[in-house]
Amino acid sequence: MLRIGCPWCGEREEIEFSYGGQAHLAYPQDPHALTDEQWAQYLFMRDNPKGLLRERWVHSHGCRRWFNVERHTVTHEITAIYKPGEPPPARRA
Amino acid sequence: MASTERASPLAAWPARFAAASASATDFTIRELPFTTQINVRGNAADAAFAAATQAVLGHGLPAAANTWAGTAERAALWLGPDEWLVVAPDGMNESIVAALRNSLDGQHAAVTDVSANRTVIEIAGSHARAVLGKGCPLDLHARAFSPPQTAQSLLAKAQILLQCADIRPAFRLYVRISFAPYVAEWLIDAATEFAASRGLDAQRIAARLA
Amino acid sequence: MSGAFRIPGAGHIDRAQPLAFRFNSKSLQGCAGDTLASALLANGVHLVARSFKYHRPRGMFTAGNEEPNAIVQLERGPHTEPNLRATEIELYAGLVAASVNCFPSVDFDLGVLNRLASAILVAGFYNKTFMWPKSFWKKFYEPVLRNASGLGVAPDAPDPDIYDRLHWHCDVLVVGAGPAGLSAALEVARQGLRTVLIDEAPEPGGTLLQRPAQIGGIAGAAWAARAAAELDGLANVLVLRRTSVFGYYDHNYLMALERRTDHLGPGRAPGIARKRLWHFRAARVILATGAHERPIVFGNNDLPGIMLANAACTYATRYGVALGRRGVAFVNNDHGYALALDTQAAAGNLSLIVDARPAADPELARRAAGAGVRALQGHVIARALGGKRVRGVDIRTCAGTNAGRVECDHLLISGGISPAVHLFSQAPGTLRYDARLACFLPDRASQAVEVAGALNARLQLASALADGKAAAARTLAALGRAPAALATSAALTASSAASAGFVPPATVAATAAGTPAPGPVPDELHIEPLWSVQSLLGRKLPGKHFIDLQNDVTESDIRLAAREGFRSVEHAKRYTTTGMATDQGKTSNVTGLAILAEALGKTIPEVGTTTFRPPFTPVTFGALAGRDRGTLSDPVRITPMHAWHAANGAVFEDVGQWKRPWYFPLPGEDMQAAVARETRALRTTAGVMDATTLGKIDIRGADAAEFLNRVYTNAWTKLAVGSCRYGLMCKPDGMMMDDGVTARLAPDRFLMTTTTGNAARVLDWLEEWLQTEWPGLKVYCTSVTEQWSTVAIVGPNSRKILQALAPDMDLSNAAFPFMTFREGEVAGLRARVFRISFSGELSYEVNVPSWHGLALWQAVIDAGKAHGLTPYGTETMHVARAEKGYIIIGQETDATVTPQDLGLAWAVSTQKDFIGKRSFARVDTRRTDRKQLVGLLPRDKSFVAAEGSHLVASPARAVFDPASGSPSIGHITSSYFSPNLGSGFALALIANGRALRGQTVYCVRDAGPQPMTVGDPVFFDPEGKRRDGID
Repeated sequence: MLRIGCPWCGEREEIEFSYGGQAHLAYPQDPHALTDEQWAQYLFMRDNPKGLLRERWVHSHGCRRWFNVERHTVTHEITAIYKPGEPPPARRA
Repeated sequence: MASTERASPLAAWPARFAAASASATDFTIRELPFTTQINVRGNAADAAFAAATQAVLGHGLPAAANTWAGTAERAALWLGPDEWLVVAPDGMNESIVAALRNSLDGQHAAVTDVSANRTVIEIAGSHARAVLGKGCPLDLHARAFSPPQTAQSLLAKAQILLQCADIRPAFRLYVRISFAPYVAEWLIDAATEFAASRGLDAQRIAARLA
Repeated sequence: MSGAFRIPGAGHIDRAQPLAFRFNSKSLQGCAGDTLASALLANGVHLVARSFKYHRPRGMFTAGNEEPNAIVQLERGPHTEPNLRATEIELYAGLVAASVNCFPSVDFDLGVLNRLASAILVAGFYNKTFMWPKSFWKKFYEPVLRNASGLGVAPDAPDPDIYDRLHWHCDVLVVGAGPAGLSAALEVARQGLRTVLIDEAPEPGGTLLQRPAQIGGIAGAAWAARAAAELDGLANVLVLRRTSVFGYYDHNYLMALERRTDHLGPGRAPGIARKRLWHFRAARVILATGAHERPIVFGNNDLPGIMLANAACTYATRYGVALGRRGVAFVNNDHGYALALDTQAAAGNLSLIVDARPAADPELARRAAGAGVRALQGHVIARALGGKRVRGVDIRTCAGTNAGRVECDHLLISGGISPAVHLFSQAPGTLRYDARLACFLPDRASQAVEVAGALNARLQLASALADGKAAAARTLAALGRAPAALATSAALTASSAASAGFVPPATVAATAAGTPAPGPVPDELHIEPLWSVQSLLGRKLPGKHFIDLQNDVTESDIRLAAREGFRSVEHAKRYTTTGMATDQGKTSNVTGLAILAEALGKTIPEVGTTTFRPPFTPVTFGALAGRDRGTLSDPVRITPMHAWHAANGAVFEDVGQWKRPWYFPLPGEDMQAAVARETRALRTTAGVMDATTLGKIDIRGADAAEFLNRVYTNAWTKLAVGSCRYGLMCKPDGMMMDDGVTARLAPDRFLMTTTTGNAARVLDWLEEWLQTEWPGLKVYCTSVTEQWSTVAIVGPNSRKILQALAPDMDLSNAAFPFMTFREGEVAGLRARVFRISFSGELSYEVNVPSWHGLALWQAVIDAGKAHGLTPYGTETMHVARAEKGYIIIGQETDATVTPQDLGLAWAVSTQKDFIGKRSFARVDTRRTDRKQLVGLLPRDKSFVAAEGSHLVASPARAVFDPASGSPSIGHITSSYFSPNLGSGFALALIANGRALRGQTVYCVRDAGPQPMTVGDPVFFDPEGKRRDGID
């Protein structure tokens, strides 16, 4: 059970949040300019690292805001939290 | 002619609330039906928006997350960085909606009457924090959650908007009307432990949340 | 007197409070302060159980949570609880307990016959034996094995007790209130930090209550009591007794089980929750969970009367109980040696210490001599003798020479320590094997946690106290607090903790992972590792050599597993079942691992430990369920009209958490009759339905129409104010997500409806796109689902009924056409009326603020009396919508279905772009063999197919043949009986189904395939003439 620091509400329990999958997968500017393979890449293919992953969460039972979390998929350590549109912080070594 | 009387979702509950309040030591529960509630969306950083809402409400919309501004009867509760819930006594919904829409005319803002969307359950007394703690994962210690604190969270399996309305403490739970009987039943059940004849460690727990 | 083995004057029990209890139908007496185990031992009862596999006699082996043997069934009737450890059950007046796993009694047990067959009941026996012949499994092996397996019995009536939970946040959580935990808790508590101290015992103290101890000139127990009193007096401290922390989860989330009334006996605290499940979130944690003692494996090391040395010391010191008249100890370390001498000091019944080491600590040796205890250095016990109780031991030198037989009636064992690393490991923290101490110790923490005391191999009292203080100092530093002024641990003074300020966890550097204590771990054990006497002597010795007492795993089982190729400790564990019993191997895992390592020719670190998982000790389902049972097991959501529905006989259907009227039977009607009547009314006169549960979202802003254009598949910019449109929503992959009717309330304002189950999901979806992809769009979404109550008036007479309620509203087709809405007064209430239809009939959906929902409903019912208005439920709604081929999201769709599959291409724009459009150009979505929505009519009109039934092309293919692959060409999504058609009918998704119109497919079912004819999904009024009403 994670404790997640909503950028607006502060630290709250994981049950207040919903998971939104990998972050920084922008909707393609012009989907119709993509090949089927490129479009399928956007739709279906996701990173699955053993380590740090940037992902989206929404404070669904709180302020209903989406934001980004950088989380270690093994230890669950949260190394960064930032708002949508903000650049991800530099990766820690 | 048909009835135009309103029915609150907990219209049938006053007797049970009274019984629960009477049997517990320093714990009360009641419904505050028909509270005027208006959802306001807008850009808090925009001076025109702030001025327009201040002019109608007489108090500002709280900028700090998870707080409320105003008085216990007329307040604005923070819901999100661009969203607030304006609350007022019964019957003021139409006038406040009209005044806000008028005042915000031409701005990118939204004013929506949601008075019938949720009802308000108020619990109060020294055991109120422990009763909530049985189902709510927030830190409810007085030093972490006192006026003017609010929070949107969960109580057991229901979503709640929680307002610490008074230092006594008194809490107002804004719950969607379809969940109101569940939340009321849950609160009464959780409070049975605080009946005068029981207790066990109730005073100890209350003292450690105060 | 409470038992012949009570030591006069010893123990922290209340002799003035004798307590009568029954064990295996025998009446016995103990004292307040006893556990069931200590009370039994005080009465000389050692034999309390039969082992799981061989049904060997077993007695108390420990005095705590690690007990493998003394597993009992407590109480009877609805209060009965199986598989409790007698070592943890506090005695109360009238307690009733019984042994488990024996028939007919623990003294005379028929299951002992297994022992005759023990030569073949080796590791993997069940897997190897009961495989052949295969047909025997179901009818013979399984029933016999099931009967023979299992320990206690479950109660046969609902649990009469109540259970509770509580969430709690704190700065520092200290687990374990032994000397290290207490000294750590005092340090942090005096700083005013929100502190929680938890211990599983009735009173804090831990080993201070279990061994003779002195701190600053006062007895250890008295020091513990003073420390507890100080902590209890601080408002910033919560001391929880009788509470076991069983799980350590992410981000310092810990769960604990408090046993609040068990010590009083069942039913003695009405209205009080029996157990409370605590959910902690701590800024920092200090683990002082102590250490378990470890046995040594030798022949017949399972006999009753054989016990760990610390247990013997605890029974003597804490409970004033001697284990017998003549005791022997078998040790390989100074800690166990000292425990044996402490036991002697209290009980005076120890005659001999057998120490495998050449020499013990000289000071201990002097103590032994002074206490009149003979010590044999460099010797081992090869075998214990006895049947239902140990009566002697065979001793050998470490070289293997026979050194004679010694009579005894109890035997103390100490093979070293296993620090209770379970919670630390769950955290998860890594462990390291310390070869010098022959145990696993906490290594690197991944959370904000410190370790202290015996968990950290600090076994001496002074070093445990100092270690607790040091852990507290590191904790305070991490929280940005200076450690307390140095005060001697003994000199407790009242503190001014309450005046210190509160530190919100988020504001301090609380998340840094704990670091191991600086400096090397001192050696306070002086152990010479000895796992198995057989392996030390290098020869097979008589008797059975047990590793896991509860699961009856022996040394030879482990060696057999190694010979059979089990290299991984995880596999060997599961194959032999070592450590998989209810005690989770607290006294056996490390020994089993060491012997496996030896058998594999590897070192212990090379083999590694198995994974520690929660719960550390068992947790009952009742405690996990808490108050979430009965009517509170899940929210029951009801509409404002619910009371009317209930009073008028509605049968309810669960739709998610909603209770929706399913149908309204009249007296004597079954469901079929009621639905037939309701459907007829809806098609011929009028029906009324509560449609309140549909999701409703207010969408506002200059870009609202553009936003809808992007999220819906069809176009919205040109929709006139006052009009409605049916919209489809897809995911980017082009699959259907939701549908609903959306109305334009103003140029910049829409009211969207969603399906009942998707209300929250759709709002989250809209917000996701607005916040993350299109933050520039000027749109605000607000949920108004429960602001409005919706009453659907449906059928040819609906206009007349509404007119009666809204005399001022022009309801003519010209003034109020299909797919528009009007605002006005209905039944004297401000209302918004939508002319939309989910049945194909003329219909109006009237919305009023939900506090008027019941009044509106009653008014409609009253006004409809003259027009044959009939209330109907979801079943009739389904029949009516399916007759028209209207889909339901989640019924006709399952995230693999496109609008085109459903024949809804008309609602998909070819002009503008929208979410999912690109996917309709994918090869996969253009396949001609995709499943398409069709209608099915059965050849036998009385046949109503089961929803989900598979469809095949010919009767021959209705029997599944794995060789030819799946014969299914599709499945039935909706199926009902239609009174209007006088026939069953169904909607189905069939591969290339539209090309199969007119052909016969077969519905697969157990009773044989049923032929059905493929047709159009619209069964009723395909021209749509009825929606404007029939005059």
